[in-house]
Amino acid sequence: MSESAVNEHPVKTLREALNEALHQEMERDSRVIIMGEEVAGGAGCKGSDEAYGGVFGVTKGLGTKFGRTRVIDTPITESAIIGAAAGAANTGLRPVAELMFIDFIGVCFDQIFNQAAKFRYMFGGKARTPIVIRGTAGAGMRAGAQHSSMLHPVLTHIPGLKVVMPSNAYDAKGLMISAIRDDDPVVFIEHKLLYETKCPVPDEMYTIPFGEAAFAREGSDATIVAFGAMVPKAIAVADKLAKEGIHCDVIDPRTTSPLDSESILESVEVSGRLICVDEANPRCSLAADVSAIVAEHAFSSLRAPVKCVTAPHTPVPFAPVLEDAYIPSEAAIEQAVRETLGGR
Amino acid sequence: MALSSEALHKVYYTMTTIRQFEERMIKEFMAGNIPGFVHTYDGQEAVGVGICTHLTDEDIIGSTHRGHGHCIAKGCDIEAMILEIMGKQGGLCNGKGGSMHIADFDRGMLGANAIVGGGPPLCNGAALSAKTLGTKNIAVSFSGDGSSNQGTVMEALNLAGVLDLPHIFIFENNHLAEGTGDEYAVSGDIANRVASFDIPAVKVDGLDFFAVYDAMEKAVEHTRSGKGPYAIEADVIRFDGHFIGDPQAYRGEGELDDLRANKDCLKIFRKRVTSEGLMTDDELDMLDAQAGDAIEQGVQRGLAAPQPAVEELYTDVHVSY
Ligand SMILES: Cc1ncc(C[n+]2csc(CCOP(=O)(O)OP(=O)(O)O)c2C)c(N)n1
Repeated sequence: MSESAVNEHPVKTLREALNEALHQEMERDSRVIIMGEEVAGGAGCKGSDEAYGGVFGVTKGLGTKFGRTRVIDTPITESAIIGAAAGAANTGLRPVAELMFIDFIGVCFDQIFNQAAKFRYMFGGKARTPIVIRGTAGAGMRAGAQHSSMLHPVLTHIPGLKVVMPSNAYDAKGLMISAIRDDDPVVFIEHKLLYETKCPVPDEMYTIPFGEAAFAREGSDATIVAFGAMVPKAIAVADKLAKEGIHCDVIDPRTTSPLDSESILESVEVSGRLICVDEANPRCSLAADVSAIVAEHAFSSLRAPVKCVTAPHTPVPFAPVLEDAYIPSEAAIEQAVRETLGGR
Repeated sequence: MALSSEALHKVYYTMTTIRQFEERMIKEFMAGNIPGFVHTYDGQEAVGVGICTHLTDEDIIGSTHRGHGHCIAKGCDIEAMILEIMGKQGGLCNGKGGSMHIADFDRGMLGANAIVGGGPPLCNGAALSAKTLGTKNIAVSFSGDGSSNQGTVMEALNLAGVLDLPHIFIFENNHLAEGTGDEYAVSGDIANRVASFDIPAVKVDGLDFFAVYDAMEKAVEHTRSGKGPYAIEADVIRFDGHFIGDPQAYRGEGELDDLRANKDCLKIFRKRVTSEGLMTDDELDMLDAQAGDAIEQGVQRGLAAPQPAVEELYTDVHVSY
């Protein structure tokens, strides 16, 4: 779709875009169900059963529209939620399971990495496990160490899982529709700070294929590969540098598994400079992974050492001053780009 | 055992401290002085205090996301708590934890916990230390009705039963988990579930300090003397939102007014001790005022305190890169 065509569409927040994708997919396919804590709104209280719609409101209205047999509020019981979703996926449903905060994946990790992720391969191709596991991620809300992690590197490491991480509302809708239609287990990571970001989003359904990066900006001086909530920051830096005549590719892989390494390599072959920006901790991160891919396949194109801008190797601190220092900043990204350019 | 006059004063002082502390945290949060997600304990004071009054600094508690009341009841310094909740230097975790992660090992407070169901397995560990080292200390975990549904909690119950651990499981059934009622989310009944592990489990009125206190006395007797785990399910209510700022649309018409009028554990305590001639209204009012002054002082210190130094980001962890 051309840029001008996209821009004729109504502006929606990322939250609204996801909500719309879920509505449309549930309407299209009666096998799609949603389950999780308060995804339908809550139950068993004296007042409204629609107080919530997931704690961040992404599933708001779905319970009313599709009924509580298809939008299922669960107890706080993540292992049972993901296990039921995976088993249902093996036997005819297409569940979208919400984990609220992605950090809670710790509680149910076995059901994801030993169970759902391995079925198709381990059972010799017999099994299909079409589940989408949604969770909100990332620092910036002063939510503390157990509600702020970026776990996409951990998940990307696991064969059999697909990992999706949209950076804007348009992509969120298309990626969610693809995720629901995918026959493999997909972890869909939503950064909390992106829910209110907006852009034009078509009313009609569309898919965005996995493993196809988006070029958020184009330029041949340096390649910035950024993930999730780091993409808007990378764009801001690229726009600033463009005014000085430094033009960068800003690549948003959109899915970390599968990863579009081809686009990254093609860009680095031209620019010779790579800056990876990832909010996850640095060791075994996507920043490290992309650096390794480039070192392996495009070493001779590099004209400067690769730069990684990541969170430090620490849990997420609570105090605002510390959390702000934890999250990769635009200043740090800008400095990294300039360093690859020999200090320009 | 009947409480001495001094002990009763301390009990009420602690309860009113928790109540006023939470009311003040709500105010400071609304004024923008507290970052993040904060879950208040107001309404449940009789449970935290009824339980912790029986514990020493060497006994361990494991708390939840709704941990302020447990901390205060276990003797944590309120000024250091306020600093922590505000994310300031000198907080109990030097500002790195926040409201959901207050810990104070010197007071036997093993930590608030932002993972629902995270605490009971850890408390089994504290109980295992006590048993193995022969200290006669006990561990006490707090869980909610929502938390009672986690596999981790049921696994912890079973292990405590199998190993005869000195662990008292407290279930504070405030009938709400965010906007989900226990009527919907708890299949069966919490105390019955526990009993099926062959662990003695009793239900008490969690609005009645004395009922909680008496139940805990029996529990501690049992557990400290080496007879293994025990559980108390306290029927209680939550006065405020799940978190500060929660619009609480899940509340029924007039529900909150009714709770405040008829299910206020502080009012129930006051009525009981004044009618039995154990304490006077003047004494209680004085304790209210003293607690208020201490909180005021803590808040002023908290507001004036500096943020942690940025270098703190890299301390307390093995960092290598
Ligand atoms: C593993 C996990 N799942 C979900 C949550 C989100 N959450 C935080 S508190 C809460 C409700 C807990 O209810 P309950 O145990 O009854 O305690 P209460 O809030 O009533 O004190 C939920 C769902 C969480 N923090 N951790």
